[in-house]
This record gives sequence, C-alpha cells and structure tokens, in this order.
Amino acid sequence: MTTTHTSPAPPEASAARPPGKTLLARLIGNAAAGPLAALVIAVVVFALTTDTFFNLDNGSLIVEQFLVVGTLALGQTLIILTAGIDLANAAIMVLGTLVIAKLGQHSMPGGLALLVGVLLCTAIGAVSGTLVTRLRLPPFIVTLGVLSVLTATGQLFANGESFAVTSGVLTFLGKRSYLFGQIEVTNGMGVAIVLIVGLWFLLTQTSWGRNVYAVGDDEEAARLTGINTRRTLLSVYVLAGFVYAIAAWQALGRIPNADPNAFQTGNLDSITAVVIGGTSLFGGRGGIPGTVLGALVVTVLTNGLTQAGIDSLYQQVATGILVIVAVAVDRVVRRRAA
Amino acid sequence: MNQPRSDAASAQAPAPPTADVVMRASGLVKRYGNVVAINESDFEIRAGEVLAVVGDNGAGKSSLIKALTGALVPDAGTVELDGRPVHFHGPRDARAAGIETVYQTLAVAPQMDIATNLFLGRPLRREGFLGSGLRMLDHKRMRAQAAEQLDRLGIATIQDITQLVGTLSGGQRQAVAVARAAMFGTRLIIMDEPTAALGVRESRQVLDLIARIRDRGVPVVLISHDMPQVFEIADRIHVHRLGRRVAVVTPRTCTMTEVVGLMTGALQMGADGTLLESTTQHMPEERPASHHPSESPE
Amino acid sequence: MGHLRLPARVPVIAVAGAALLVAGCTSTKSGGSDTSASSGGKVSIGLVTKTNSNPYFVKLRESAQAEADAKGAKLIALAGKFDGDNQGQVDAINNLVTQGVKGILITPSNSTGVLGAIKAARDKGILVIALDTATDPASAVDATYATDNEAAGVKQGKYVKAALGSKKPAVVLLDGTPGSTVDDLRHKGFLEGFGITGSSSEIKGTAVTNGDQTKAQTAMENLYQRDHGINAVYTINEPAAAGAAQALSGKTGVVIGSIDGSCTGVGNVKSGKFAATVMQFPKKMAQDGVDAVVNFAKTNKKPSGFVDTGSQLITDKPVSGLDSKDTAWGLKNCWG
Repeated sequence: MTTTHTSPAPPEASAARPPGKTLLARLIGNAAAGPLAALVIAVVVFALTTDTFFNLDNGSLIVEQFLVVGTLALGQTLIILTAGIDLANAAIMVLGTLVIAKLGQHSMPGGLALLVGVLLCTAIGAVSGTLVTRLRLPPFIVTLGVLSVLTATGQLFANGESFAVTSGVLTFLGKRSYLFGQIEVTNGMGVAIVLIVGLWFLLTQTSWGRNVYAVGDDEEAARLTGINTRRTLLSVYVLAGFVYAIAAWQALGRIPNADPNAFQTGNLDSITAVVIGGTSLFGGRGGIPGTVLGALVVTVLTNGLTQAGIDSLYQQVATGILVIVAVAVDRVVRRRAA
Repeated sequence: MNQPRSDAASAQAPAPPTADVVMRASGLVKRYGNVVAINESDFEIRAGEVLAVVGDNGAGKSSLIKALTGALVPDAGTVELDGRPVHFHGPRDARAAGIETVYQTLAVAPQMDIATNLFLGRPLRREGFLGSGLRMLDHKRMRAQAAEQLDRLGIATIQDITQLVGTLSGGQRQAVAVARAAMFGTRLIIMDEPTAALGVRESRQVLDLIARIRDRGVPVVLISHDMPQVFEIADRIHVHRLGRRVAVVTPRTCTMTEVVGLMTGALQMGADGTLLESTTQHMPEERPASHHPSESPE
Repeated sequence: MGHLRLPARVPVIAVAGAALLVAGCTSTKSGGSDTSASSGGKVSIGLVTKTNSNPYFVKLRESAQAEADAKGAKLIALAGKFDGDNQGQVDAINNLVTQGVKGILITPSNSTGVLGAIKAARDKGILVIALDTATDPASAVDATYATDNEAAGVKQGKYVKAALGSKKPAVVLLDGTPGSTVDDLRHKGFLEGFGITGSSSEIKGTAVTNGDQTKAQTAMENLYQRDHGINAVYTINEPAAAGAAQALSGKTGVVIGSIDGSCTGVGNVKSGKFAATVMQFPKKMAQDGVDAVVNFAKTNKKPSGFVDTGSQLITDKPVSGLDSKDTAWGLKNCWG
C-alpha cells in the first residue's frame, strides 16, 4: 500500500502561507485531535445522562476494561503505521495465555512461565515479520494465515479445556491497590502506562521511530534515502509480538483463566481502536496517543451504553459508525495534505 | 541560445588542463545475462561544473549513474574519486563519500515535515547521554539546520519548516529534495530529470538552484531530456548512447540539433572531434559533413 | 507489494500448496481410517457438531467415539467452522451421505437451515438424530436426544430465586448469542423458574456475552456499576459465569447460576465462584445416539420423539424443595 510520488505540478500555493501554524491549526492537524474530541463528547454525554457514570470508581473500571484490548491496539498501531495490518494479534495473545497458564499448572514458577510466553509471542512476531519482509507477502495475507494456524493450535493445545492460573506473578497485573485511599488502581495500569510511554518515546524521539513512519509513508522513498526498510519492518513485527505477550499478561491479570475461545474478536477490536484513534491504514500517520484515546473511546462507549441500559447490539452499531467516520476523516485530511 | 559554428573546428569540448577532475570512470561494463547495460563507458566530471548527461530512452544513462552512486556494482572498469580509485558496494558507500542523488521520484516522505525529510535516514541525535544512550533525536537542531540550509540555497518560497512535504507544490518539493542533496553532497550531486514534472516558473527556480550549488563549488550531474534547459545551464554535455559515452560537447561548440543527432546516432563524433554524418548506424562515411551554419537553433 | 521476484514465487506456491493440503485433510476430520461405508461390515455413523472448538462438542465427539469403539462401529466426525456455520454442516451431511453412513448424529447450528440436507439423507434411508439442539420442526429428524434446555433453565431459575431467600430480587441476565434456540430456551426457562417475565421490574439489566468469559466480565462490571443492588445473575454457560464471578469477586450477596456441567464449571461451584450449575449430559446424548444407530443397523428399528437426556442441579448449598447433588457427585459425572 505504498505510492511513489512523481510530483505533478499543482498550482503554486505558497504565495500567502502564514509564517508558522496557529495553535488551532496545529491542534486540528494533530492526528489525535479527533479521538480526543470524541472521547470528551462521549464522557460529557454519559456524565449528563447516566448518573452512575461519572465517578472515580467507574473511571478506574474503564481503565481496567481498557487494558487488554488497549495493549493489543498498541502493537497493532506499530504494524498499521508501516501500512500493514495484523489480523493475528489476539490469537498470538490467547496462545500465549494458554501456554503460560498450562506451564504454571505444571508447577513451573510463574516468572519463568511468563518468560516462556514472552519468548513465544515475540518469536511468532518474528515469523510474521520474516514472511512479510523476505517473501514480500502482504501483511494481510500473512497475518490471516498466522491467525488460522494459531487459532487451531490453541484449540489443539487446550483440547477443549481452559486453564486456571494461581501464581502470584501471573496474576500480578490484576492486583489492586488504592491511591490516596480512594482511587482503585491495578498493577496492570502501571505496566500499561510504562508501555505506552516507552512506545511513544521510541516512535517519536528516536531515529528508529522516524524510520517506521518513513517506511509506512513511502517505502521506496525510505529505501532510497538509505533506511534499511527490511530491518525496520522486521523489528516492528518483533516488537509487536512482545507487546502481545504483555497483553497476555494483562489478560491473565484481568481474569485468572486462560480460555482458548476468548478474544475471538480481539483482532478487529484492536483495529477499531487504532482506526478511531486516527492512525491511517495507509501508513505514515498517527501514533500511540491516538490509539490510547481510540481504545478509551471504545471502552467508554461500551461502559456508558451498558449503564444507560442500551442494548449490546446498539453498542456495536455505534462503534461501527465511529470507525467509518474516523476513516472518512482520515481520507479528507490526507487529500488536503497531498 | 547557442551559436552555430561557421568553421569546421572541433566540436569536441576543449580540455582545460587546470580544471580538477572530481570523478572519472573508465571502461565500465555491466551485463545482465545477454543484455549489456553499460558497454565500456567512460565518464568524467570536473570541479565547479554542471555536466548534463543526455541520451535517448534506453541509452543506459540510469545504469551509468547507478554505477557511479553504488546502486549497481560494475562487472569491469574503474571509478576514481579525486584521483583515487573507489569501489562502492552500495548506495551508502557513495553517500559516505559525499555523492548525493536527487531521484526522479524525489524520495521524500509526504506525511513528514521538511526538516524531517532533509534528515531522512541520517537524523541528528541529541548531545550527550540522551543522544548516545537513549538515542533521542534533536528535533530543534534539525529544524534550525534545515531552515539555514533553505536560506543558504535561497529557497524563499518555503516559509514554514514544519510544513508537511505533501502539502508543497511540485517545485517546492523538488527544492526540498535538492536541498537535501546539497546538505550532504560535498563532492558531487546527481540530479535525475529534476524539471520533468515542473512548469516553467518552477523549472526556472530549480535551474537557479543548480547554478547556486555549482557556484558553491560542488559539481552537478544533470540528467535531462529538456534541451533548452541543458543548453542554458550545462557547462559540458555528456552524450550517452547504446550503453556508452559517445561524445562530450559544450553548448558553445555544438547545436541542439547536433546533440540530438549524436543521441540518436545520426551523427557521430570522429576521432579528431569533428561531427560526421552516418548513413547507417554503425558505419560512418568518410566524407565530413558541413556544419549547417545557417541552421536555426531549436 | 509489487510483482514477486521469480525465485520467491516458488516457496510461495509450495507454502500455499502445503496449506491447501493440510486444510483438505483437516476439514474432513475423519474418526476412522478409510471412507468406504461397509468396510469389513462395520456400521458407519456420522457425527456433525457445531464446531470443533467448543469444549462441549469436543467432549460430545469423544464420547461418541468411545461408544462407537465399544460397539464396534466406525465414527466419522465432522463440524462446522463456527457457531452458526449452516453451510458447513450442510456440506458435512452431504459428505456423509456419499460415504454411505447408516446414521447421522447432528447438533444443528441453524435449526431450519439443515432441513433440506437432512431430508435428502432420510430419503436415502439414513437415520438422522438431532443431539443437544432440536431442529425446527422437531419432526424433521427421526429423534432428538437433548437436554431439555428449558427445563434446565427452570432449574437454574428456581434455585437462584430460592437462594435469595426473602431478599427482593435484582436480576441480571447474561445471554449468549441472539437467535440461538438453546439461548432462548434457557433464558425462557430461567424466567419461568424464577417467577418473572421479560418485562418484570426485577430485571435490572441484560447483556449479550456470546458465552465469552471476558465479555461477560465487562458486562457484569458495567451492570453492577449501574446498580450495586444486584443480587442474582443468570448466565448462559459456565465461561460467562466465570466472567461474571470475576467481575463480582470480593462482593458478597450475589447469587450466580449457570448451566452446562463441565468439570471446570463444577470446580468453580466447588470453590464458591458461583452458587450452582445445572449439569447436562452430552456423554449420554452421544452414547444414546450411537447406540440408536447401531440398533437401527441391526434391527431396522428407528427411535422417535424427544428423549430428554436430563439435567441435574449441582450445588453445595442446597435449598429445600429442590433436588440437587453436591459437587463431589458433580465432579464424578462432569464432562471435560
């Protein structure tokens, strides 16, 4: 999904360009502005219409509900930024939870089981990345294949059972504590914050991050400027695999039971969050803050609509409409920019 | 623009012995199976000049340029930079030697800003631990240097360094690509069809840019199909045909028609530098042709 | 994503070919070795479950396989690709017919969509029995061996109501997938057993969970956030109950009921995660189904009607007036 730009000559438009952009222009131009606005609107509407919504308890609850799909969405962001897509992320995560839980049941220390899970998910990411960079297969196809293989693998591995988890390390992210005695927080939130900041830093403050955006924006241009596009792409898939392992850890913290049938729509949910967050499916635009906001929007919608007594199916309609709007806005912005 | 010669003096470019040769290639060969992309070609560019490389489609100009910039490793022949032989195994080697290319597709990332594009692939890192340990980028310094570079090249039409390159006009985008090459091109800059997609005014700006780069002391290789522009800006013209250099002329010693003739093979450069008509492609007749003094310029 | 370089095409074709081969082998998951019907005089029985992934159907298949082996019959087990994959089951039935099976046992994903294929099979003299889920109409098959899902729902409803004692009920209904007959029957039964209707004020919220533990957890958290007074929860199956229990962990006074009778589920009743579950007997369904086909092959007698394979309330906190068995019994008779 790359294009080469052979500069056709649009009319000379530089004549009256103001020196520097106004704050408003910069805000609107920022890819995260849309989802932020959506989030604010959703929160305000629910706060006004549902009296159980706007309080600290529910705030904590929303963040807890955000954790797993949000983490999946972080990994998905990396891949979508390179103009790819990952249909297998939830399947990788679920297989991770199954392996970790089963090893834990066979009296492997929790920390070690977790490490094995991390290595497994990262290795699967490396396989996907290798297929994309070496065989030059489209990410959609590669991850679709990986999805099928891993879903079946998970079912075969679990043989119809689910595995309970008891180790303290494995359920660590679900452990609760209270800030200022009032605000309920979990260790999972802390890990999520670290992951979010870390990924944001990598993407915006390092040359690796620049290269990721460049490869997604115009892979050929990136290659011509000397960027090792293959290595960059591979590293993206490997890092995403690692992120999915963290998502598995978060999942076990949320509910200490690894179920092969869980998160069957996790891949689409994560893509929804990324797209609503303003990251372009065509690559090169968007980022971590947008995804976090997008995932929060989806979580808030589910949380608020349920509390407002609205049928689950309408929640799906609302989310679907949001996705279409988000993609449409992205296209309009892109056309303006090009 | 060009003065047709009225006497039968040599059309070949004179060789001022004092001009330094920046880059020279001799006997380059590159084959792909049965296809000969570079057929024992020579190449030479001197300090402070604009050398135009002209040739018909399929003449092999791109292959020659790729061999000079490391995008292609020749099967035989030598390449010398400042008199010393060099062997480029990839584009990075050439860039490290100070040879920069402005591609026909520009190779800019449209959703990134000008400063980022100027430093694409070789960004500046922060001082100290932040840069070496955390590998943090120095956005401020890159923006400052980018603005400075645009100023130095006299690119006045771009005011906001944080603009996305995709929002620029074709000529401005070209200017960004040229500015990038000029920033890192310390020995040689190669431009592939820089004005092909531009209108008259923007082409003019690019030509001025090229002149300014030359005046700063960096030689420029200009691949172009646009004869009037070539004749306006080039100091010498390298004519490429069938995978090799068939002639080096100057705008003063040759007319556009003659250059075109050399490109197509209708004319050939004789050993003494005279232009000969060829009735067939490969066998020039003995009789020298007249130089059409009354021919009107293109 | 442009053209593939020539050398790269070869591994792609090889990989694609291998994948097709594997897919071809697994999509017709064969319980036996060859596909000829009367190989060595063995009775061939076809089994078509909704999916291969739901543990319930995994156990159903395993029980059927065990019974077929015990009775010297051959089992060919196929399945749809997902819950609701009607076309997959239709294809499976046709596949079994060409393989010349004596009888087909099916858990229909779509109670009306398979009727055509079933009729075609019965017209050829093949015995068709519905397991676990009825067709609509039920007379489309020769016999149905299933849990009376409505009765099971009634049991869950009666228990939860009784366990509340004298407290005013505030009920949450966590449903499975809309449109599933099993869902509808259990939901209906629960309301009946509980003594309320769909529009009763005692119902404080409902949610669609697709039987998924995480969706149930999220829905339960949100519904509880809306109303901290909730004290009774209906769940469609045990994974949903596990999710609801996780959402309510640490909170007391909420009675959670469930249906299914998996060993994991019974274990959760034992550990107190939820108060009670209603056990189904897929093993019995499978066994009875296999036996019926074997019998048909021998005596040409067809079974008929609806055979309730039973449901049993399992709880460690019995209430008077309701028959229940404890979790020790439950763990001995559970599936999974």
